[in-house]
Amino acid sequence: MSVEGHTKDHAALADDFNQDEPRVNWHDETLWFIREKRDRAAFAIPDWEMLRETASQIKFHTLSNLSQYLEQFEANAQANGIIVHWAADAEEHNQIVHSILQKHGVTQMVKSKSMLTEECHLNDYLEQQGIEVIDSDLGERIVQLAKEPPSHIVLPCIHLKKEEIGDIFHQHLGTEAGMSDPQILTETARQHLRETFLTRKAALTGVNFAIAETGEFVVCTNEGNADMGAHLADIHIASMGIEKLIPRRSDLGVFLRLLTRSATGQPITTYSSHFKKPRPGHDVHVVLVDNGRSVQLGREDFRNSLKCIRCGACMNTCPVYRRSGGHSYQSAVAGPIGSILAPNLDMKKHADLPFASTLCGSCSNVCPVKIDIHNQLYKWRQVIVKEGYADPKKTLGMKAMNMVLSSPQTFKLSGKAGRWFMKTVPFLVSNKMNPWYKQREMPQPPKESFGEWYRRNRKSNE
Amino acid sequence: MNSREQILAAVSKNQPALTPMPEVPFFQLEATDLVEKFTQVAVSIGSGVFQVESYEEIQEILSNDFKIHHRIISHVPELAPFADTTPLEDRHRHQLENVDLAIVKGHFGVAENGASWVTEEVMGLRVVPFICQHLAIILPKDSIVPLMHDAYARIGSAEYGYGVFIAGPSKTADIEQSLVLGAHGPRTLTVFLMG
Amino acid sequence: MTVGLFIPCYVDQFYPNAAIATLELLEKAGVNVVYPVRQTCCGQPMANSGFEHLTKDCNELFVQNFAQFDYIVSPSGSCVLHVKDHLHSDTHEDQAQAIRGKVYELVEFLTDVVKVEKLTARFPHKVGLHQSCHGQRGLGLAQMSELVAPAFSKPEKLLSMVQDLELIPLSRKDECCGFGGTFCVAEEAVSVKMGKDRVADHLQHEAEFITGADMSCLMHMEGILRRQKSKVKVMHIAEILNAQEG
Repeated sequence: MSVEGHTKDHAALADDFNQDEPRVNWHDETLWFIREKRDRAAFAIPDWEMLRETASQIKFHTLSNLSQYLEQFEANAQANGIIVHWAADAEEHNQIVHSILQKHGVTQMVKSKSMLTEECHLNDYLEQQGIEVIDSDLGERIVQLAKEPPSHIVLPCIHLKKEEIGDIFHQHLGTEAGMSDPQILTETARQHLRETFLTRKAALTGVNFAIAETGEFVVCTNEGNADMGAHLADIHIASMGIEKLIPRRSDLGVFLRLLTRSATGQPITTYSSHFKKPRPGHDVHVVLVDNGRSVQLGREDFRNSLKCIRCGACMNTCPVYRRSGGHSYQSAVAGPIGSILAPNLDMKKHADLPFASTLCGSCSNVCPVKIDIHNQLYKWRQVIVKEGYADPKKTLGMKAMNMVLSSPQTFKLSGKAGRWFMKTVPFLVSNKMNPWYKQREMPQPPKESFGEWYRRNRKSNE
Repeated sequence: MNSREQILAAVSKNQPALTPMPEVPFFQLEATDLVEKFTQVAVSIGSGVFQVESYEEIQEILSNDFKIHHRIISHVPELAPFADTTPLEDRHRHQLENVDLAIVKGHFGVAENGASWVTEEVMGLRVVPFICQHLAIILPKDSIVPLMHDAYARIGSAEYGYGVFIAGPSKTADIEQSLVLGAHGPRTLTVFLMG
Repeated sequence: MTVGLFIPCYVDQFYPNAAIATLELLEKAGVNVVYPVRQTCCGQPMANSGFEHLTKDCNELFVQNFAQFDYIVSPSGSCVLHVKDHLHSDTHEDQAQAIRGKVYELVEFLTDVVKVEKLTARFPHKVGLHQSCHGQRGLGLAQMSELVAPAFSKPEKLLSMVQDLELIPLSRKDECCGFGGTFCVAEEAVSVKMGKDRVADHLQHEAEFITGADMSCLMHMEGILRRQKSKVKVMHIAEILNAQEG
């Protein structure tokens, strides 16, 4: 099935990814290693499940009172001297950022990690306006140089091998050809980006949490890049989705305990920076972005997805993500959580994503805010089919299957054991074009079905 | 209707019926020796930890690695003349680029994650603990709290322009999950527990 | 106590031995078992593909077939989970709801309702247990590796009652095998890769048999094992719990 808007759907891109099996193994093992680190961090906290439950409830409470918390945040942030903007969609967000830069005559900006700006395609927009953006998170800088989108929300270049990164650095930053030592590559990026930090007048950061009660916001990094950018620049722009709000400062105690343990297995990020007031004489702008979030809030079955704190744990644990790579999702947020967020933004374009899962449920179990991700995937499938975005051939097949399965006569009389199945069940259709048969043998039909055995061996209750 | 009104209207229309704020349960740390736990976690995330009794002792330890030709700055008056304690001005913040060592006072530490809470007024300038090549934080030994919940209870409604939990040296594992210390910020972090 | 035996369609057609073993195990446990012969399917293949709205006829038939029993038992965690989560009836919703509360997967029925403490079974082989996701994470047949909670395993408890059976450890004890219903053909590449990796884990730990409470996962892994010309076999847990070797 090919989805309009993409040349290939998730299955086709995953098939491409699987052409290099050793690389799939490497990708799978790298991410599983992070899942194991997450497990060790979680198991070191006996109250882990209670912590998750508390976080989940705080987030639900926040969503149930979001309009008031947004106003409270705005008022407190303004009282702190922060300039607050509201963006209904991606385009307005990009325009706001651009207008701030224009006002100050800025043509170069340094940016730390913000998945929201990926969602809004801010870099492309600003480049078209003649503004240069340099991503300062190492992984993001690497994919920016490679002209690729990030493949993971926490680990943007997890799909690249160090040798490939070495080539990128050789090409763009002048490192020795063939140099792939992470220590040396990181040092090179440090020198290159230090120059950037020291010369940029504007810095954009994401927001991990915004506190309604105090009007401050919190940014978490390991590298220190958000702080280097924000503290050295004259203007700090912080872009946030409206769902990043939490009610009280003390709630950070719950969320900061969960975030990094879930993400990488660290007890906390190196820096958890609380921005409350601008430095005297400087501007801090917060852009509050809706871009479909208020719509998702109204979808009862899917509103819990807005609890997400972007830790990436569901990606690391997802057996499909690990074996298909982040780019196969064609969405700023990939993996299980991306697959329940993206259809809200564009159902037609992302109709393939809720099907890119076995519904194994591991994602829901690692989620620090207990989003029922796999149940939402199931529900999105129903919505997508009802809205008419399913492949018509699949619809016909399903209708045929229903006809046989809902009629005992057809089911029993459709022939000797196995014959009916071989004809009807899509994954068992007996011909060599069948994807089942490509790498798997077909089940061997037995002499008789259980039904036939039962009639011979036990009294029938018919 | 402008975007602000439009967003707020859509949110209030679509948000579910109000559910109460949950009671945050009382969480406890299993370990009882907070200094030991803090030290163990801080070391595991790449920090060095020393227990000291005086500023002289801190200078003695730091002088093993930092000599007269290094640029050492601090907002702690007791560390002069080992460190340059001249007040810093925001407009000169880019000139901190060649600082080898910055020494700041932290308010308290957190045992469960080895983090120190530092606010703007004890840094001098916000960029100080990030732009320096090496960072040292001085914490009162009896200031270690068990968990992040205790940390925020301690911060309470304190006023600050900027505050940060710092846990270890700046780091990245973006290249094939290989841990490298010294991403953009300090390459090392030394924590002195004083008292 | 009368139990309605629910045999998933593909088990009826391809794996009658798993169904026979289920029936015999229940009978040996002293349960009165009836197999309603007009049964077909629970509707899961359609529902998981996004066509839950087409499953109404399957649902009505399921209610007609099974409403009368004290319990409904099936050798498939996945089908049971589907019934538990999604069975509805336009005409007899009360009966549908009642069924959702009394449908059991075989293993949990043996450990939780019959409370089996011993089995007269012998299976002198090295066995790897595949934790099918819907049974494990959906029905809670065993503790999940993601959750910080005490360990338990209902299938392992039963397997430990089988004489001379050696349960092998696995590197990833509850990773999905990649079957996933129509996922297995819609996402063929990832499905097969997941299956190969799962099988490899069992092979590395020298399993002679791979067992589990869901025949669909085993069917998928069997297809991979046979393509690899492996001597390792899959076998439904009911057959092992009912085995009388030697």
